[in-house]
Amino acid sequence: MTQPAKPDLVTVNVDGREVSVPKGTNMIEAARLAGVDVPHYCYHPKLTVVGNCRMCLVEMGLPAVDPATKQPVMDPATGKQKINWVPRPTIACATNATPGLHIRTNTPSVKDCREGVMEFLLINHPLDCPICDQAGECRLQEQSMGYGRGYSRFIEHKNVKPKRTQLGPRVTLDDERCILCSRCIRFCKEVAKDDVLGFVDRGSYSTLTCYPGKELANNYSLNTVDICPVGALTSTDFRFKMRVWFLKQTNSIDTESSVGANTVVWSREGVIYRITPRRNDEVNDTWMTDSGRLLFKEVRQENRLTAVQVDGQASSLDIAIHTAAELLKAGSVAVVGSGRSSVEEQFLTKKIADTLKASTQLVARVGQGDKILLSADRNPNVRGALVTGLINRLPEAQLSQLGAAIDAGKVKTVLAINEDLSAAGLTQAQLGKVAIVYVGTHANATSAAARVVLPTLTVFEKSGTLVNQQFRIQKFHAAIPGLAGAVNDLVVLGKLLAKVGGSSAPTDLTGVWAQLVGEVAVLAGLSFAKISDTGVVLNASDFANLVFPEGETLHYKPAAASAPVPA
Amino acid sequence: MAVIQVDRKPLTFAERTYIPQILSGLKTTWKHLRSTAVTLEYPEQRPNIPPGYRGVPTLVKDPHGREKCVSCQLCEFVCPPKAIRITPGEIPPGSPNRQIEKAPQAFDIDMLRCIYCGFCQEVCPEEAIFLQNQYSMTGYTREEMVNHKDKLLELGGTLPDKHFKWEKKLHAEQEGNAH
Amino acid sequence: MDFFFELPLWVQAALKGLAVIAVIFPIAGACSMAERKVSAWIQDRPGPSRAIPPWFAIIPIIGPFLQRLGAFHLLADGGKLLFKEDPLPGHVNKFYFVMAPLVAMIPALSTVAFVPFGAYVSEAKQVVPLILANVDVGLLGVFALASLGVYSLILAGWASNSKYPFLGGVRASAQLISYELSMTLSVLPVFLWINAPGQSGSLSLARVVEYQSQPGFLGGMWFVFLMPVSAFIFLVALFAETNRQPFDMPESEADLVGGFHTEYGSFKWSLFFVAEYSHMTVGSAVFALLFLGGWNPLPWVSLQTLGGWLHLTGHPVVLGILSVLIFIGKVLASIFFFMWVRWTLPRFRYDQVMRIGWKQLLPLSILNLIVYTCIIGGMEYFGHR
Repeated sequence: MTQPAKPDLVTVNVDGREVSVPKGTNMIEAARLAGVDVPHYCYHPKLTVVGNCRMCLVEMGLPAVDPATKQPVMDPATGKQKINWVPRPTIACATNATPGLHIRTNTPSVKDCREGVMEFLLINHPLDCPICDQAGECRLQEQSMGYGRGYSRFIEHKNVKPKRTQLGPRVTLDDERCILCSRCIRFCKEVAKDDVLGFVDRGSYSTLTCYPGKELANNYSLNTVDICPVGALTSTDFRFKMRVWFLKQTNSIDTESSVGANTVVWSREGVIYRITPRRNDEVNDTWMTDSGRLLFKEVRQENRLTAVQVDGQASSLDIAIHTAAELLKAGSVAVVGSGRSSVEEQFLTKKIADTLKASTQLVARVGQGDKILLSADRNPNVRGALVTGLINRLPEAQLSQLGAAIDAGKVKTVLAINEDLSAAGLTQAQLGKVAIVYVGTHANATSAAARVVLPTLTVFEKSGTLVNQQFRIQKFHAAIPGLAGAVNDLVVLGKLLAKVGGSSAPTDLTGVWAQLVGEVAVLAGLSFAKISDTGVVLNASDFANLVFPEGETLHYKPAAASAPVPA
Repeated sequence: MAVIQVDRKPLTFAERTYIPQILSGLKTTWKHLRSTAVTLEYPEQRPNIPPGYRGVPTLVKDPHGREKCVSCQLCEFVCPPKAIRITPGEIPPGSPNRQIEKAPQAFDIDMLRCIYCGFCQEVCPEEAIFLQNQYSMTGYTREEMVNHKDKLLELGGTLPDKHFKWEKKLHAEQEGNAH
Repeated sequence: MDFFFELPLWVQAALKGLAVIAVIFPIAGACSMAERKVSAWIQDRPGPSRAIPPWFAIIPIIGPFLQRLGAFHLLADGGKLLFKEDPLPGHVNKFYFVMAPLVAMIPALSTVAFVPFGAYVSEAKQVVPLILANVDVGLLGVFALASLGVYSLILAGWASNSKYPFLGGVRASAQLISYELSMTLSVLPVFLWINAPGQSGSLSLARVVEYQSQPGFLGGMWFVFLMPVSAFIFLVALFAETNRQPFDMPESEADLVGGFHTEYGSFKWSLFFVAEYSHMTVGSAVFALLFLGGWNPLPWVSLQTLGGWLHLTGHPVVLGILSVLIFIGKVLASIFFFMWVRWTLPRFRYDQVMRIGWKQLLPLSILNLIVYTCIIGGMEYFGHR
C-alpha cells in the first residue's frame, strides 16, 4: 500500500500524534504507521475493503472551514484550527487519509463501540476454543481479550450451524465459528480468480457455503484458512495435529517454482507441521500455493536416503568421499547440477566441475504456470546456477547430449547432484556404462545405479539462498535438524572439492559466502547476513539475452515475449 | 530505615563455661527422651490427605462416563517440567461424542518429570485433569513411571460435573434451532 | 579355673584375645544400635523398629518387643556392612588406605587388657580384680595405646588422597594432642592420692577401685566427689579423645563430609566405627573405675559390704558376676551419657575446640594438680594419713 516511489504524503493526526502517510492510505494503515492498533476482522491489506465487521470503528474529525469564506476556523482556546468531529463513529478501513484528518481510537465511545461489536460477534460464537485449531492465533480470542467486555450477557440458545463441512479437498469449514467477515469470499474472487464461496440466508442465520455444485478446490484454497480471522476455515491436513503455540516459526522459501514465495515453516521438535506464506509485497503478497504447503512431507518420505553408501554397502562419509574423489579424478567427468540446489551448493558444484574440467548441465523442469504464484519453471534456482556460473545457458529437460556423450564413451563418470538421470532421459543402459556419484536426498533410479551415494538434506533442514525469477536472492533457514544419517550438502560438496582439488574448501555458509562475494561479481558486497528477509534483487543485465520459460505471475512480468518451451 | 544498634551483651562467667547451657540442653533432650513419638509409621499408618492436596495428576470422566479431555494441550503448554505429552486425535463423525470432535489419541504424563505443581489442573478449560490424593508412585523402570491415558483415566475415576456443556451442544444440534 | 591356667601360655593369650574380640565387637555394634535408638527417642521418633527374622516374629510378646526395640537391626546392619561391595577408590594409596582401619582396631581392642571389669573375693578374703593384664602400668598402658588410635585417622586421612579426609586427619591429630595433656594431668591427683609418698606406687586401675572400697568417710568416697574438677576435665577430654560430639572435628559431616572416612565404605568403614565405639566403651570404663568407684555399687558401700548384706560372702562366683554387672551398668550409663550429649549439643567450632583445650582445660588441670598436691602434702604434714 505504501510502496509508490514518490508517494504523495498527507499529514494525519492519530490520538494526538501527527504522522505523514501516503495519500489514499486508509485509517487502519495510517494508525498502524502511527503505532496505534485498530482492531479489525474483515479488512485485509491485500483484499478489497467491504467494511462489514464494524470492529474498526474510530472517531474521525476534519479541520473546520467556514462554509462561506472557505477560511479555516480557528479555535481561540488552542490557537489551532478547530476540528469538526463526526458525531458518529466511522469505520477505519473504508475511510482514506486526507490532509488534516484526525483519528481518535482511545475515547470512551470507541471503547463502547468495540465492546458492543465484540459482544455481537460472540453471541453465536461457540465456546470451542479447547478444540479449535485457531486457538492461539485467533483474532477473536485476541480482540475479546483486548477490547471485549470480559463476560457474556447472552443467556439464550446459540445458533446451530453445520460443523465439519468439507468445503474442498483441503479446507474444512465450521460455520458456527464464522463471523461473516467475507475475507475468504473476497480472496477467492479477487486473488484466486475462482469465485466459489458465498453467504446464504440472512441475519444471524447467514452461513458461508460453496455455490451449489462447486467446491473450494483451487490451488490457493488454503490461503482462506490463513486469512480466516477465526477458526471457521481450517486446514484438513493440519486439523488437530498440533497446537500453534508449540510450533517454532522459521523463515523459508517455497521451492515449488521459480516464484520463490516467502514462507514460514512451523515445526516442533524436529517435525514440520505446516507451511504458511510470509508477507513479501514484492513477491507473493501474503499468499502461496496449496501444493507448496505440502512440500514438507518429503522430509520424512519412505525413500529418504539416510546412509552413506559405497557400491551398495553402508560406509562412512570419509571413505565415501575418498571413493567418489578417486572416481572423479579418473577424468571424463560430467556434472549434472540441480536447479533445486541453493546458490552456495551450486557454487561448490561449479568449483568441483572447474577443478575436474568437466561439462556441466542442469535439468529443466517446465510446467504450466498459473499466472498467480506458480511459474512455468519448476526449478526454484535456475538463475542461481546462472549467477554462480554453473551453467551459461538455459537447461534442457532431457539430458540427450549427455546421453550421446556416454554412448560415445566420452564420459566415464557422472556426478549427479540431487537429479534423477533416468527421469531426465538417460536409459538404464547408459547409466550402467558410467560410474555415478549421487549426492541427493531421496532414493531413485540414479541412486540405485550409483557407485557412491551421499545422502543430503532437504531445504527444510539446511540454510542457504535461492534466486527467484526476479533475480531476487532470498534466504531460507534450517527449520529442523537434519535426518539422522543425512549430511549437509555443503559439507559433502566442500569435502569432495577438497579431495578432488587437493586443497581445503569451505564446508559452511560463512566460508562459502566468503568466496562467493569475491568470485561472483553480482554478489559483491553482499553477505548471507546482509540479505534481508524479503530478499535482494541482483543485477541481471548479464542474462538479458536469455529467454526464460516463465509467463506472467503476480509481481512478475517476463522481460521479453516469452517462449513457452526453452530453446 | 532506621538503623538499630543492638549491643552484644557480654557473657557471664557461667555462660562462658558453657555448663549451664549444656545442662539446660540436656534437660530439654531428656524431656523429649521421655515423650512419645510424634512420627507416622508410614506403610501401616497413612497420612490424612488435606483438601486441596496435589497428588498424582489424573484424567477424569464425567458422570456419564465420557472422557473429559479434549486434547487442547494447554496443560502440555503450561507444564513447567514438560512432563505432559499429548497426541491429539479426531473423534469420528459417527461417534456418540461427535460434537466434541477432538480427543487425545495418547496422553502421557512422565511422573519422573512431574513436579506436582498443579498448573495443569488450573489451566484445564474442560476440568479434565485433576491432581488427586494418590501420592505414592513407584516403579522399577523409567517406562513404568510414565502414566499413559488408560492408567490416568483409571487413577482419575469419575468426578461430579455440573456443566455438561458438550451435552448441551449436542441437544442444541438435535433440536436444530437454525431455521 | 585351673584347667585354663594349665593351658600353654600362647593358647591362654589367644583365648583371651578371642574373648576380647567376641565381647568388644558386639558391644560396639550394640552401641551403634543404641545410638540410633537414643537419637530417635530424643527426636520423638520410634527409631529403627522394623527388622525381625521370621522365626523370632512368631514368638508372642518378646518377638514384637525386640522388633520395636530394633534389636535385629544390629544384625541387619552388620550383615549389610559385611556383604556389601567394598569399594577401593582409584586415587588412594592402597596400602595405607587398607591399613588405616586395621591400625584403628589395634588400640581399640588392646586397651581392654588393662581394664578390670569386676572382682571376686577369693577364699583368702582377698579381692582379686578380673582383668586380662593386671600390670602396674595400668592407666599408662591405656593412655599409651589409646593415643595410638589417632594414627589410624591420620593414616586414613592421608592415604585417601582427597582434601576432606586430609583435613579430618589433621584436625584429629591436633585435637588429640590438645586434650591428651589435660586428660593425663587430670588423673594425676587421683594417683597422688592413692599412692602414699615414700612407698612403691602403682598406676593400676584395680588399685584405684580398691582405694575407693575402703571403709570410712574418705575411704569410701568416690573420686568424683573428692575431685570433681578432675572428673570434669577427664570427662571433657574423654569426649574430645573419642571424637564424640561436641568435639567430632575429624568427622564433622557438615563441613568435612565425613572427614577422615569420607572415602571409606562398607567393612573398612565399619571398622572405624567399631574402633570409635570400643574407644568410647574403654573410656567410659576408665572413667567409671577412676571416678565412679568401679564395681562398688554405691558410694561408701563397697562390694564386700554388699556381699555381706546379701550373704554372698561364701559365693565368690556369684559376687564376681554381680561385680561385673554393676560395673557394666556404670559403663552403659556412661555410654548413654555420651549419646545423650551427642544428640543435645551442636559441634564446637574448631577455634573453640583449640581455645577450650589449650587456654581453659590445660591451665585448669595444672591448677587442679597444684591444689591437690598442696592438699596431699598438707595432710601428710599434719599426719592425717
